[in-house]
Amino acid sequence: MTTTNGTKPGQHTVVAIVEDKPGVLQRVAGLFRRRGFNIESLAVGPTEFEGLSRMTIIVDGASAPVEQVEKQLYKLIDVVKVSDLTHEDAITRELALLKVRCNNVNRHELLDIANVFRADVVDMATNSLMLQVVGDEDKINGLIKMCEPYGIRELSRTGTIAMTRGQKTTTVHESEPEAIARVHQSQGRRVEADLPFSSD
Amino acid sequence: MVRMTGSQILLECLQREGVSTIFGYPGGVVLPLYDTLPQFPALRHVLVRHEQGAAHMADGYARASGEVGVCLATSGPGATNLVTGIATSFLDSTPMVAITGNVARTLLGKDGFQEADITGITQPITKHNYLVMRAENIAMTVREAFHIARSGRPGPVHVDIPKDVFQEEAEFEWPEEINLRGYRPTTKGHAGMIRRAADAINKAKRPIIISGHGIIWGDSSDELVELAEKAQIPVITTFLGIGGFPETHPLSYGFLGMHGMYHANMAADEADVVIGIGMRFDDRAMGRFNDFNPDATIVHIDIDPAEIGKNLPTAIPVVGHVKRVLPELTERLDEHDRSQWLGWIDKVEEEHPSLEIRETRRLIPQEIVRTLYEETNGKATLVTGVGQHQMWAGQHYFYDSPRKLVSSGGLGTMGFELPAAIGAQMGMPESEVWAICGDAGFQMTMQELAVCVDERLPVKIAIMNNGYLGMVRQWQELFYDENFVSVAVTQPDFCKLAEAYGIRALRIESKSEVLPAVQEARNYDGPILLDFHVDQDENVWPMVPAGAALSETIEMPEKELVR
Ligand SMILES: Cc1ncc(C[n+]2csc(CCOP(=O)(O)OP(=O)(O)O)c2C)c(N)n1
Ligand SMILES: [Mg+2]
Repeated sequence: MTTTNGTKPGQHTVVAIVEDKPGVLQRVAGLFRRRGFNIESLAVGPTEFEGLSRMTIIVDGASAPVEQVEKQLYKLIDVVKVSDLTHEDAITRELALLKVRCNNVNRHELLDIANVFRADVVDMATNSLMLQVVGDEDKINGLIKMCEPYGIRELSRTGTIAMTRGQKTTTVHESEPEAIARVHQSQGRRVEADLPFSSD
Repeated sequence: MVRMTGSQILLECLQREGVSTIFGYPGGVVLPLYDTLPQFPALRHVLVRHEQGAAHMADGYARASGEVGVCLATSGPGATNLVTGIATSFLDSTPMVAITGNVARTLLGKDGFQEADITGITQPITKHNYLVMRAENIAMTVREAFHIARSGRPGPVHVDIPKDVFQEEAEFEWPEEINLRGYRPTTKGHAGMIRRAADAINKAKRPIIISGHGIIWGDSSDELVELAEKAQIPVITTFLGIGGFPETHPLSYGFLGMHGMYHANMAADEADVVIGIGMRFDDRAMGRFNDFNPDATIVHIDIDPAEIGKNLPTAIPVVGHVKRVLPELTERLDEHDRSQWLGWIDKVEEEHPSLEIRETRRLIPQEIVRTLYEETNGKATLVTGVGQHQMWAGQHYFYDSPRKLVSSGGLGTMGFELPAAIGAQMGMPESEVWAICGDAGFQMTMQELAVCVDERLPVKIAIMNNGYLGMVRQWQELFYDENFVSVAVTQPDFCKLAEAYGIRALRIESKSEVLPAVQEARNYDGPILLDFHVDQDENVWPMVPAGAALSETIEMPEKELVR
């Protein structure tokens, strides 16, 4: 059973918007390490705002302790916003590059498989080809499984990135609607309505 | 704008942040900074004898005065020596800025002489830390560091500066504004939650307030008194909360926890609404979480959202600054007569007195603390180490105002007593400061005696000399079948040791000598050490055994009554 966004049972999809500063990755990872959680997947990249990066973290662990870590993430000075997408209607994607063994006889079979998975052939040599595929974890696992009989010479996967569907966003706003702020605070979270940047 | 060196910018900024005292120790990479110090005569540098002492002094300074404490060390071993002190500050949420030098930028990460990855080391024990890579960033970093250290839930901030950044020149401009988009502590409590909290409290038959360190750092003792008086709610505190609510107030019922008062533990267990204010439901305070008063509705008021629901399920969370939340809550509370509930606690206290000092032949530490209380009219500041003496200092002195008990609660750092007392005395020069020391803990940092002499500090040093790691001996006696292993400590003659530093010292061996010694110490204008030879076998009671529930609090067993 997976949730609507492909998060596996026992896993959590957490998105953190962080300052693009040295050490921020260690700070975030440290909070998970301290509890003995394993980070299954991690993707970091720029956002639509200069100086802010977006981290998508998939972590294994029971809900209550993971939620507590999320609150502790909020406390990090370099973390601007944290969202848990585990139960959100969201799109999750990762990208994989596979170098698969092939020869003149079976190359066509492989190309057919790639076609079904809408994978692109990004490089070709006499005895191998490189496929690039984008999708959720299950789709990529599916392609890998189909390629295995031919021999996978090399595999590289990005971490998963996630984004909620529809109107709702996970990014930062100068002022979030009061309603969301209230939900945050009733869960003991920081009030976003106090934005921008008021503190004592 | 003026061109200044990194060192000048740093010291200029410290001054503008209101710093007057720096506890530090020099070394290679901070020499450019020390070279610049004489240009800033208003900054008093206190030369410690071990960097751990510097961190505890800065911490003691902060806890006694309410201001940010500052400590300074060189790279590598200097910086790692600060670590225990920084962790002590972190666990008790006290405002501190720790500054270290590091090797020059080109040498970072190359394991050169005296390099330690100190920001990597302090990252999980600080509220925030910085590695400053350009002199032009020093000013903003210092501004942010002090802001972060003192605002919201306070904590230590570490600033690491490579040697050549101290030497680099940059334009200095004082940053008027701070812009930390990831740091906006919630100060205003949610109105709906405050309403729900008020409703629950108004309906309660047996409400109790557990007030913590946050009341002291939130400077909200008066607001708490008003709330408690209006709604007639009994108040107990955590160990670090001691003094946040006046202990001689009729609604004060002492502190709870592992060595809290029997009646306080029972009241917390009997209450129908438990109101935690500026505290974090720590295991030493609450006993076994699963069996803490399962029927109580828990209201939790704290500035740190990450504390909500962490240890106990919270029915009504209010995230905000106590100074703002408490008056709003008080306004919504009904005036109440709760004499029945208060009477219940009074009766438990009467039947199970926790603070009665029994007649003994031998000198016991409880009696010394009580004498000190009576002689000082409760006006002194007590700074403790960790162990039995710490608990007795909490129990048998009654603190009517905040910042009078300075103690390492969260990390439980032995060796805190002397340096923290030095810091407290420097932060509050007019206060009468007593270091209540364990004979073992004192030996962890006793080299700081030299600082008392250097700085001419009238700190009174009372050693509760029981010849043991007393608290550990107590656990071995009670829970390890009296299998005493490595708990007897030999000591130097503490009086001779003090005298070697030029510090006056008195040895006290019998009951009759206690009062005269305390009086002599109080009348003496300078550092003085009192070596109290106390009963070796005394245990701290009441006690909640490790892993037990508050309801399982044990009182002093019969056999210990006569001694
Ligand atoms: C740095 C450090 N090491 C070890 C401990 C564990 N510990 C807690 S209390 C204690 C004994 C303290 O002995 P002493 O300072 O003589 O105080 P007493 O309990 O005898 O009053 C020890 C070893 C500690 N708290 N801190
Ligand atoms: Mg001892």
